[in-house]
Amino acid sequence: MTVRVGLIVNPIAGMGGKVGLKGTDGEATLDKARALGAEPLANTRAEAALAAASWQRGTLELLTFAGDMGETTATKAGLEPTVIGNSRAGASDAGDTAAAARAMLERDVGLILFAGGDGTARDIFQVIGQEVPVLGIPTGVKMHSAVFATGPASAGRLAAEYLRGGTAGIGLADAEIMDIDEEEQRRNRLSAKLFGYARVPFERRALQYAKAASHVSGQAKLDALGRDTAAGMEQDVLYIIGPGSTTQRLLQHLGLEGSLLGVDVVLNGKAVVRDASEADLLQALDGHEARIISGVIGGQGFLFGRGNQQISAGVIRRVGVDNLMVVAAVEKLIALPTNRLLVDTGDSDLDADLSGFMRVHTGPGETMMLAVAAA
Amino acid sequence: MTANAPTAHPYMANSVPDIKQEMLDAIGVSSVEELFEQIPDDHRLKRGLSLPKQLRSEAELRRHLVDLLSKNATCEQNLSFLGAGCWQHHVPAVCDEMVGRAEFLTNVWGSPSSDHGRNQTWFEYCSQIGELVKMDMVGMPVYSYGCAAGHAIRMASRITGRHEVLVPALSDPERLSVIRNYCEPDEMESHIAVVPVGYDAATGLLDLDDLKAKISPTTAAVYFESPSYVGLIERQGEEIAAIARANGAETIVGVDPITLGVLKAPADYGADIVVGTTQPLGVHMNCGGGVGGFIASRDEEKYVHEYNTLNISIAETERPGQFGFGLSCAHQTSYGMREKGKDWTGNSTYLWAISGAVYMALMGPEGFREAGNLIVAQAHYAAKTLGAVKGARVVFPAGFFKEFVVNFDDAGTSVEEINASLRAGGIFGGKDLSSEFPELGQSALFCVTECHTREDIDRLADALQEVLS
Amino acid sequence: MSGNGTLRNYHAAVWDEPVVMEMGHHGRRGMVFPDIDEAVTAAVGDSESLIPEEMRRHDRPALPEMSEPEVQRHYLHLSQETLGMMGVSLFGTCTMKYNSRINELIGARPEVAETHPLQHEDTLQGTLEIIHNFDLILRELSGMDQFVFQAGGGADAAYTHVCVTRAYHQARGQLAQRNEIVTSIQAHPCNAATAAAAGFKIVTLMLDDNGYPSLDALKAAVSDRTAALLINNPDDMGIYNPDIKEWVNIVHEAGGLCFYDHANFNGVMSKLRARELGFDACMYMLHKTFGTPKAGGGPAVGAYGCTEELAEFLPCPVVTFDGETYHLDEDRPNSIGRVREFWGNVPQIVKSYSWSRAMGAEGICEAADLSVLGNNYMEKRLLEIPGITKSQPHLNKWRMEMTRYSLEKLKEDTGVTTFDVANRMVDFGIDAYWLAHEPWLVPEPFTPEAGEMYSREDLDHWVDVLARISHEAYTDPEIVKTAPHNQAIAKIKAEPLEDPEKWAMTWRAYKRKYGAGKET
Repeated sequence: MTVRVGLIVNPIAGMGGKVGLKGTDGEATLDKARALGAEPLANTRAEAALAAASWQRGTLELLTFAGDMGETTATKAGLEPTVIGNSRAGASDAGDTAAAARAMLERDVGLILFAGGDGTARDIFQVIGQEVPVLGIPTGVKMHSAVFATGPASAGRLAAEYLRGGTAGIGLADAEIMDIDEEEQRRNRLSAKLFGYARVPFERRALQYAKAASHVSGQAKLDALGRDTAAGMEQDVLYIIGPGSTTQRLLQHLGLEGSLLGVDVVLNGKAVVRDASEADLLQALDGHEARIISGVIGGQGFLFGRGNQQISAGVIRRVGVDNLMVVAAVEKLIALPTNRLLVDTGDSDLDADLSGFMRVHTGPGETMMLAVAAA
Repeated sequence: MTANAPTAHPYMANSVPDIKQEMLDAIGVSSVEELFEQIPDDHRLKRGLSLPKQLRSEAELRRHLVDLLSKNATCEQNLSFLGAGCWQHHVPAVCDEMVGRAEFLTNVWGSPSSDHGRNQTWFEYCSQIGELVKMDMVGMPVYSYGCAAGHAIRMASRITGRHEVLVPALSDPERLSVIRNYCEPDEMESHIAVVPVGYDAATGLLDLDDLKAKISPTTAAVYFESPSYVGLIERQGEEIAAIARANGAETIVGVDPITLGVLKAPADYGADIVVGTTQPLGVHMNCGGGVGGFIASRDEEKYVHEYNTLNISIAETERPGQFGFGLSCAHQTSYGMREKGKDWTGNSTYLWAISGAVYMALMGPEGFREAGNLIVAQAHYAAKTLGAVKGARVVFPAGFFKEFVVNFDDAGTSVEEINASLRAGGIFGGKDLSSEFPELGQSALFCVTECHTREDIDRLADALQEVLS
Repeated sequence: MSGNGTLRNYHAAVWDEPVVMEMGHHGRRGMVFPDIDEAVTAAVGDSESLIPEEMRRHDRPALPEMSEPEVQRHYLHLSQETLGMMGVSLFGTCTMKYNSRINELIGARPEVAETHPLQHEDTLQGTLEIIHNFDLILRELSGMDQFVFQAGGGADAAYTHVCVTRAYHQARGQLAQRNEIVTSIQAHPCNAATAAAAGFKIVTLMLDDNGYPSLDALKAAVSDRTAALLINNPDDMGIYNPDIKEWVNIVHEAGGLCFYDHANFNGVMSKLRARELGFDACMYMLHKTFGTPKAGGGPAVGAYGCTEELAEFLPCPVVTFDGETYHLDEDRPNSIGRVREFWGNVPQIVKSYSWSRAMGAEGICEAADLSVLGNNYMEKRLLEIPGITKSQPHLNKWRMEMTRYSLEKLKEDTGVTTFDVANRMVDFGIDAYWLAHEPWLVPEPFTPEAGEMYSREDLDHWVDVLARISHEAYTDPEIVKTAPHNQAIAKIKAEPLEDPEKWAMTWRAYKRKYGAGKET
């Protein structure tokens, strides 16, 4: 059986980092990066990924765009790629990435392997959604999204094993696609958005002595927590439910359809506002005792300030910092790059108030003390 | 040992000064003390331990232990009729051989490939228990019968979402105490209320009217044993299970597997979960250190996913046609899931799974049938014989397996005094029930097994006759 | 001692032993019983008539029918297909020890094996004396005031502690309020699991950069809801928490109890005592630190010791001594009762007493020294092997009796995982090592523990094998990934083990799911 995989390399991804720029979105930044002596990393990383994968010869069909969007690298790695398109003349950009993803979607690939950063992930996701699993080879400097493997070789191997199929150890999980508006960031105004959840292969870690899918149970634990929390919600208290799949479980147990990517407001078991803006929240809060139930967003471990800016400093202050309930899977907390949760509400006093230690709910009757720090 | 001529310790290969020095040199430190740098000085014990003299010579050590143990009197030198949760059954020599095999004795974890033989033996233990109780799902052993019952009750509570269990009033106080701990005090949110169900004064069997009065839609499970604590074969199993089922409760049955060559398998009268003791299956009493428990049920996800035990499944290997045995549903135990596991999993009594496997293979269906018939006959002979002694009365005279209650109220003396007299004559009398069940008066629980002979029983009767006369 | 090409050859016994359920022949017998005495039958009649008809079994349990030597050989073969510490086993956290043969012989004597726990205490004075004297030894090692041995393992001792904790707060009328147990992510999962099984909520502390949770994290976690702290020290990474005295103070000030899980006692025995660090209770695993065999997972003993203040809550019976006679004290009205029937795995207590006497104070001190020395000796060599790093590499103090390592680099470089390496080690007769408890804080972990039993040559051999496997991973990873090759069977397929349609925990289930008599 032939397996078909798409390879998308964003050749400029990761160039900003070494020269102190936050990302390479936009022509002007790229020129600046080049001027500062940045080297293209993405193709090197992609080659490492492809080389590490033990592809089954003769059964693999690798689809890619021409030149440094994948063809060159694939050929270097000893594969024979099928070129299905070209980048437009000059520098590749978001449009090329999306065009490649679209071409691959049309050709029914089993997986898209890409080398890039958050921007690349977002561009692909906007085309494929949850239709095609995706896996990132890390190259970019900012990775708030959770679709990246731990290293290039791991990405290659995981992709090959997933495509080979029949391996009990590989599953698919939802992972956040996030991106920061780089233009805003360079003006020191941070703005990140949770775009959605992509399907990503992951290695179900075996348990010692025999193998077991501990991740399944981790999810079951969160599900049970959602059920418990739903059952324990107080009358006449306004609940602000942050975005993400973790908090979504709670809404499901209330029989409500929330907005996965937005903020919802629940009062007495009913959704009173869906996908609320900051202004909506402030208005809804009027005259109500309230709680905020929030997840941990993205691979960097943001509590507030990335992907849930609607829950602004003003909203948090109105609710009160003692009325926050944070919910996350143990696995997510352990994987935090800095062992800490991050807050960046834009209000440094509030960030200071939130800093310190916080109980994160990881299952029914189970909390974990996590350090919280200003980003 | 003298300070200037240290002798290497037989258990420690590196307790030779020049080896220690070479190892220190290899890592570049001058003394072992430096390696403890992490421990703050004010945490350190500033004096040497004050312990009894070292006995490094095996000869000296053996002499010391044998001298101490010679102060014991055993159930071999004496004639014992004690049971009540720890029973004197014959332990086949091959069982002793296998649990003494270093590979079975010293292994820990390992892997399904490297410790294949042990895993297969474990699977064979579970498989044979499965045949005795007629259940397709059997977990690895737990600490004891009472612990098995406790876990099963908690399983039933999780399955039904209910927080009450009905248990026989005439239960073993040892097991019941364990169960009460497992069911938690009522301050705890997940507390399970333990509600006793009375017994029929004439037969000692469960009082079905009381059961019907107490069961309700809040009942998670009905737990009963056959044979019961006082040895009786609970003949109303089918009715009890039907009552439980009608109320949406689980039926948990406790059994002694040595009975199951002659007694109906619990699955055949409606048990949902079966628990029991493993000690009769080829394990010495070990002063109570031989106890172990098992949990079994139908092979349905609803049950299997609630087990706290390690579970061993047969599985193919990567080599075509070959099979091995691996851990199944590991994620639901505490090893994989921390506190949201199903209770906890830890070291248990897995060596007794080895002796159990050997025992059941040696017994076969005919061994269990023969042993069961022999025990039932001898126990009834004993009851009849003792009951004929003036001052003694068998409280529940029919329908028991190996244990029965003898009452001495008519003798005008206490069980304590009777047992003291018997002991002087080299006989360990039955367990004194007088403080556990005051309503039974001066009663004792006697146990007779295949280890006894008719002469032993006659000797007991003669001795009792003498004591009571 | 350099490893290349000079490692000893090893291959496990291969017997292709069938499952016992398929063996035997109708009519064969492995064990027979005496005929029922004629006088017995004459007195009570036929056995069948003594069993209520509705409870009589009419079918034969489908057990094998085998002769005695057939059974013996079958299980001898299976024992030979078990590696079980025949080579070198450095299974971390389990403290592999010499399980002396003399202890097995003593434990099998009728004075131990053929005694009943309900015998009158006058007839068990030898056993009770040993238990009491061993209690005194553990008191000296810990500073605690009373030990009990009812718990059937380390987790059961943790369970004993949470039961004692319930009783303690119940006696003060505070149990409903104090419903939280604080522990660390590095503590053994049984601490959290038993606490949850006892009805408590769990507050888990994450580690700080220094390898243990910060004091601030603890302070944030404790409150008037805190029932107890359950903690080990050092942890499984070999890191000792130097703030532990302050920890205990903080919890005590909040009104909670402090339990010292002494799972990692081997490196600190004779060096420090739970009492002086301020703990209210502690636990020793006799099947680890005190030299009794692990037996694949018990019978084991979690010796639980506590201060006088908590002693009234201990499970019954407690072995006491009045200066002349030893007693089984059942008259303790505030006792939690039983966590398990009777008073413990007595043969294991006797063996542990024997081990303690064979070691003596000087031997115990030396064992701690050797286990810490052995670990650091191994660490130096292990970190020279390509692909191996250690947890918390920035902490440069000597580790205690264990170090946790990571094969993350080896995996990234070669695709070989820590499971693969463990499976390959058994090809050299080395028992699969311990990885780490869930959840993994260190990627691709492994955790060897040298202990005091193994010789320097053994430790070198173990490291040499790992060096060889690292070399294989970088040159011929397939040989590692498809291991084991020299074992009784190949690696088993994991998938069916989690599939309700395919798992089979008994032969009955197997026959039903795969068809009668069909193999695999």
